[in-house]
Amino acid sequence: MPELQGASPPERLPTARNRPAAGAGGNGVSAAASGRALAMKDFKSDQEVRWCPGCGDYAILAAVQSFMPELNIPRERIVFVSGIGCSSRFPYYMNTYGMHSIHGRAPAIATGLSVTRPDLSVWIVTGDGDALSIGGNHLIHALRRNVNVKILLFNNKIYGLTKGQYSPTSELGKITKSTPVGSADSPFNPISLALGAEATFVARTMDTDRKHLQSVLRSAASHEGSAFIEIYQNCNIFNDGAFDTLKEPATRDDYMIRLEHGRPITFGADNQFAVIHPSGGFGLRVVPTAEADPGEIVVHDETVAEPAYAFALSRLPGDDLRNTPIGVFRKVARNSYDTLVREQLATAKSKLSGDPEAELAALLGAGDTWTIL
Amino acid sequence: MTKEVRQLDRVVIRFAGDSGDGMQLTGDRFTSETAQLGNDISTLPNFPAEIRAPAGTLPGVSSFQVHFANFDILTPGDSPNVLVAMNPAALKANLPDLPRGAEIIANTDEFTKRNLAKVGYADNPLEDGSLSGYTVHPVGLTSMTVKALEDHDISKKDAERAKNMFALGLLSWMYARPYESTLEFLERKFASRPALAAANIVAFKAGWNFGETTEDFAVRYEVKPAKMPPGNYRNITGNTALALGLVAAGVRSRLPVFLGAYPITPASDILHELSKHKKFGVTTMQAEDEIAAIGATLGASYGGALGVTTTSGPGVALKGETISLAVALELPLVIVDVQRAGPSTGMPTKTEQADLNMALFGRHGEAPVAVVAPCSPSDCFHAAIEAARIALTYRTPVILLSDGYIANGSEPWRLPEVSDLPDLRVEFATGPNTDDGQFLPYLRDPVTMARPWAIPGTPGLEHRIGGLEKADKTGDISYDPTNHDFMVRTRAARIEAIEVPDLEVDDPSGEASVLVLGWGSTYGPIGAACRALRARGIDIAQAHLRHLSPMPKNTGEVLRRYERVVIPEMNLGQLANVIRARYVVDAIRYNQVRGLPFTAAELETMLEEVVKNA
Repeated sequence: MPELQGASPPERLPTARNRPAAGAGGNGVSAAASGRALAMKDFKSDQEVRWCPGCGDYAILAAVQSFMPELNIPRERIVFVSGIGCSSRFPYYMNTYGMHSIHGRAPAIATGLSVTRPDLSVWIVTGDGDALSIGGNHLIHALRRNVNVKILLFNNKIYGLTKGQYSPTSELGKITKSTPVGSADSPFNPISLALGAEATFVARTMDTDRKHLQSVLRSAASHEGSAFIEIYQNCNIFNDGAFDTLKEPATRDDYMIRLEHGRPITFGADNQFAVIHPSGGFGLRVVPTAEADPGEIVVHDETVAEPAYAFALSRLPGDDLRNTPIGVFRKVARNSYDTLVREQLATAKSKLSGDPEAELAALLGAGDTWTIL
Repeated sequence: MTKEVRQLDRVVIRFAGDSGDGMQLTGDRFTSETAQLGNDISTLPNFPAEIRAPAGTLPGVSSFQVHFANFDILTPGDSPNVLVAMNPAALKANLPDLPRGAEIIANTDEFTKRNLAKVGYADNPLEDGSLSGYTVHPVGLTSMTVKALEDHDISKKDAERAKNMFALGLLSWMYARPYESTLEFLERKFASRPALAAANIVAFKAGWNFGETTEDFAVRYEVKPAKMPPGNYRNITGNTALALGLVAAGVRSRLPVFLGAYPITPASDILHELSKHKKFGVTTMQAEDEIAAIGATLGASYGGALGVTTTSGPGVALKGETISLAVALELPLVIVDVQRAGPSTGMPTKTEQADLNMALFGRHGEAPVAVVAPCSPSDCFHAAIEAARIALTYRTPVILLSDGYIANGSEPWRLPEVSDLPDLRVEFATGPNTDDGQFLPYLRDPVTMARPWAIPGTPGLEHRIGGLEKADKTGDISYDPTNHDFMVRTRAARIEAIEVPDLEVDDPSGEASVLVLGWGSTYGPIGAACRALRARGIDIAQAHLRHLSPMPKNTGEVLRRYERVVIPEMNLGQLANVIRARYVVDAIRYNQVRGLPFTAAELETMLEEVVKNA
């Protein structure tokens, strides 16, 4: 065995939780402290990016890389963990710590990392197949626990890396290589699913709308606990144009609902649609603004404790993506799993009276013992 | 009345009853009293997977066997000298294991027509003469307990439930056990219900006094303390020892321990035990499934913790993909497999050692890992530390193969000095590792072949790792054929290069021509069989593999020294196959998969036969 030196246990590292750029201060070590402010280029790794030309992933990568400096967290404290799939190549392109793991398991791996290392900012990059099919179990459990991780789910409604099979978000009847006469399974609505697991932060954004995407990242970064972000992402090879109605200038304003906290929910090129909560119904409804009583138009409140409100929002879109809300559906305060676990640990550790080796000897000799002379 | 006291050198007692009769507790207490007296002990709990099988039925029988002696013993005993049968089912289920002449203490209150019929007794065996080859003590355990407690303010049901303490009192009297610790235990256990504490203590004493006064028990037995090395002792099960070994590994490595686990028989007790030791920096996570359990563990290892996941065979099957990732990532990881009878759900509460193939080979691709197996309950402590040592030093997954027999069985354990335990401190990477100031995540230590453990949070060492094949040194993604061939061979070579102690041979006469080779929990029965043979003047050598991967460097040389090698296993010959393939030694297989450990007697018979024919 080689000579081993005493090492610094991770616990002794300074703690700085992910905080938004503005007024990060606190116990965070700012990037500036290490010499200079970080820039987008600092987050680009030396690896050649190998997604298909025209893939929506490029836009997301650029948006994330240019957002990262805002975190004001040194690169070494940032970790990207991914599963398997096109999107999961993401960590290789980020000049942070990163792990490209196993199909569907990124939330599990990130949970163990996050809970033992409160000083790190942990991000998960996943796709619709990775997160919702093979990894569905880990996703819902990470969300219910409220593990302090930020989850970026690239939803292109198709399996890209395996060359074009339908995914758990593909629409019913989708014709693909594995479903030549159309798929027979109904899709998940990822936002509804996350809300069903009572995720504390749930949002949707678009690959090509950098400004919006970054505003959602900003909001997620300031959230304690799991932040679930569905990013509509175009696969130009196997499912091109899946979100065109939300992107084309001719349709996008009429199809997309931009949620803004504290603002009445109206949308359309001429604000001609409004979301109301009809009396006597469970859900929300879109009506022409002109026909709505201004008092019944829903004012968006992302902090509503009861997930039913955000869930109702998530049910608005039709099959043609009409009435698709983007933005933050829900952002509520709840202790993260990490915090609760660390608190238990800290309470227990405060009872460690002195030398751990002496305490260990006491533990080994606990209970009924006897001495042989 | 003064009774005769007879000296014995060893006794095997089996307590048997319904799974609700508290037989495990009764056995535990008797064991503890016996330990206090200084006898050597070995125990074997045997219980059904059903928490409460229908009362009075054969599948519902739960038993606890304790073997104690005035010399050092290796097994819980082949066959009981005394059977305590709390009902007809307990008698019927255990009678086949009882040698003629054994004593049976039967609770006559439960030998009702209905209970007899439940297990297919047409007549009462206590009365029909069918037990004439045994010494039967019919005792109204339930009725006497209830009578002793008639002045107590407790329900009839609670009074009846105290019958196990009556039985314990009687047995404690028979074998002159010190009972103070049991009375203290009852006070503690029922601290919040003093009436029950008092009732159980009275029941215990009533059982003791019954032994002293009744004429049915004319003889009392004594088993003098065993000569054991000086030191402080406690009685310990394998699962507890294993958990404490992991706590010790955390203390000695100065790393936080992270345990990711999903409940599974017979491994859950390790999770329970570790969850009590948070003050040592142990984090336990009950994950959503076996895969998440090892995933979270690997994440914690990546972050610089001593990552451990505990499970049984079905769990290891699910964890295979993550173990394979850990092989590629070259991170420390301890996977504990408390084996049970398979395939599939198999017999969850019964022992087997049939996961060796899975531990050695059960992954996609060439994915070698280290494999360590403890040989006894107390050895689980040291084996856990050894697994942690290998994982941390060589940055590799290590599978620790315990099994249900040693996990739940117990024996006296001489407490180690903490300062004598291995120093497991590790060195994280802190800076560049090349002359030109680069950091190469897959540049290896020339001695251990381990790559640097560069944990997130270390400035300047940001790097990416993953399951895709990596280029040597840089760790970049690589599809280069030569590189892949090199990396596959390197991963194999670095496991083979792990330093493990040589295989030791116990061959007292030096004249043996037959070597019996074992691994894991068969150590006790094999050792007992070898002793018995030697006592009869028959030479035999014994060697036991603690390291299954890599195997000790002298293994082949040791095996070739003997004319015949016999390998008894609780599987169909998994180690024997490896030995034949690796060392081209024509080992004789001796296999049994009954969910129970070997008896020393059957191994003795088998080995004698082999020696004769050698």
